[in-house]
Amino acid sequence: MKTIRTGPLSLRVSERAVLTCLAVAALTAVTAVTTMVTGDFPLTVGEVLSTFVGQGDGASEFVVLTLRLPRLLTGLLVGAALALSGAILQSLSRNPLASPDIIGFTQGSATGAIAVIVLFQGGMTAVATGSAVTGLLTSAAVYLLALKRGVQSSRLVLIGIGVSAMMLSVNSYLITRATLEGALAAQAWLVGGLNNRGWDHVRVIAAALAVLLPCALWLGRRLALLEMGDTAATGLGVDVERTRLALLAVAVGLAAVATAVAGPITFVALAAPQLARRLTGASGPGLAAAALVGGLLLVVGDLAVQRLFPTTPLPVGIATGAIGGLYLVWLLATEWRKGSTR
Amino acid sequence: MTRLRGEDLTLAYDERVVATGLDVAVPDGSFTVIVGPNACGKSTLLKALARMLKPRAGAVLLDGKAISSYRSKDVARLLGLLPQTSIAPGGITTGELVARGRYPHQRVLRQWSVQDEAAVDRAMELTGVRELADRPVDELSGGQRQRVWLAMVLAQQTSILLLDEPTTFLDIAHQVEVLDLCADLHEDGGHTLVAVLHDLNQACRYATHLIVMKPGRGIVAQGDPADIVTAELVRDVFGLPCRVIDDPETGTPLVVPLRRQRVAVGGTAPQLSQVD
Ligand SMILES: Nc1ncnc2c1ncn2[C@@H]1O[C@H](COP(=O)(O)OP(=O)(O)OP(=O)(O)O)[C@@H](O)[C@H]1O
Ligand SMILES: [Mg+2]
Repeated sequence: MKTIRTGPLSLRVSERAVLTCLAVAALTAVTAVTTMVTGDFPLTVGEVLSTFVGQGDGASEFVVLTLRLPRLLTGLLVGAALALSGAILQSLSRNPLASPDIIGFTQGSATGAIAVIVLFQGGMTAVATGSAVTGLLTSAAVYLLALKRGVQSSRLVLIGIGVSAMMLSVNSYLITRATLEGALAAQAWLVGGLNNRGWDHVRVIAAALAVLLPCALWLGRRLALLEMGDTAATGLGVDVERTRLALLAVAVGLAAVATAVAGPITFVALAAPQLARRLTGASGPGLAAAALVGGLLLVVGDLAVQRLFPTTPLPVGIATGAIGGLYLVWLLATEWRKGSTR
Repeated sequence: MTRLRGEDLTLAYDERVVATGLDVAVPDGSFTVIVGPNACGKSTLLKALARMLKPRAGAVLLDGKAISSYRSKDVARLLGLLPQTSIAPGGITTGELVARGRYPHQRVLRQWSVQDEAAVDRAMELTGVRELADRPVDELSGGQRQRVWLAMVLAQQTSILLLDEPTTFLDIAHQVEVLDLCADLHEDGGHTLVAVLHDLNQACRYATHLIVMKPGRGIVAQGDPADIVTAELVRDVFGLPCRVIDDPETGTPLVVPLRRQRVAVGGTAPQLSQVD
């Protein structure tokens, strides 16, 4: 712990958390550079930089500014948004399973997207809107069903898993109703991916983060107090019900926008906050670290699917699903062996 | 003038009404102790006084204004609560947990002022948990943990302290230490304390104002322990036949349960193995 005091400003930060964040940011930068310069059309760092200032030739400009950069930024921001959403939900419910992809928010978002694709053959904006609308509706339903004098963690998770399964069958049913084309498009959206992500996607997720990230960080200190139970938090001056509702709204908003932009990407929201907590050794929710780890996980996953399978455009959801699946198994095995409920 | 009072309180959880028509006035600068059998509503009353539970009817007043009309953070600078049970976030160290008590005094830009540091230091000193500062709270004994939570509430530096069973998990020496600390706070620091205690004799010894509760009847007596604690009261409230004598050390009432009356059970004395 280190104390910083200058003028009216006084802060206390943990060195380990700061170092972890810096290391994660550095790794992300390395991954970003690698993503920009490698691939079917290799470039030097200098060439990439010159396209930024409008000095590149037509081909490299297209590759950098239209293909690689928006995809990279979408991945980074979607990863951060998902991780943030997961960190808030896990902390609120004191349950590592309470991430938006497990408790039905993601499947609910998928329903709207699939419905738009299958029933109306809608375009990108329509799909994203449909996904956001059903995502919000599903989370509201899960929240209301789990509500009983405050939200109880295990209730939230169990009801969420139930709703998730229900939405999954709705989604499967919708796909059986589709034409072959529609089914393929829906399937591609479902696996989650960053293929063909352009500046429109970047703008949407960036706008959402610009509003919701400061809210999340500002509420973060209260979130840490909420982890001590409603009574202790109230005793320390937290307006428990209002704070919880605000945090929930932020988490749901982030998950809904991220899913609308990139499809249901699994496990980032679940794994990133847990990884961040273990890396920083923090006792609180550590939202900033979680967001950074989430961004890193997604860009690494995306780089892996792009470079390991260059011929087939594989969605990043497959990579995060594989990495996250392993992680989930490890997490559950170790936590249960310890007999801890956290 | 009493800063903290409850008027005609009806306390309930959903359908379960715990007490009705409670009138409590916590005398300023007093060491008020609430006693009563299990489940009579002591914690419930304390929660209502600390705005954790909204009364079904009636109102809790702090400085003459309904406590529910204050901003939560403003109340937290005037009144601190030690809950009967709390959850320590996984992996948190003692020092960090105690530091969280400073939240109501902090702002976005002022998160760790010199005053914060001094208050945390003093709270850890008073409760004797300074050596534990870097230990994770999960790894402490029940008694150590109880003192850490008490330190967190003290770090809050409120003039009114509500403590729900501050002596649970503590051995007798630490019980006396914590109660002495409370007595010191109330005598030197001008603090007002309200504590729930289970030990009637400790309650009589330390309380300047005693509130006695009984299940279903709410508050049956309140006042100076010397005036209200009688054998009849204890028998009525706890169903315990007893004598009340003067504490040889302090002269306060001392409750001594009567010798067990042997009741013949089926004629034969129970075997040791059956007693287990
Ligand atoms: N959260 C709750 N929901 C519903 N009923 C509750 C709740 N908390 C307490 N009760 C009930 O209210 C009554 C009073 O409980 P309270 O906790 O105030 O008792 P207490 O006097 O503090 O007992 P103890 O000495 O065991 O701590 C009990 O019948 C209890 O079952
Ligand atoms: Mg109690």
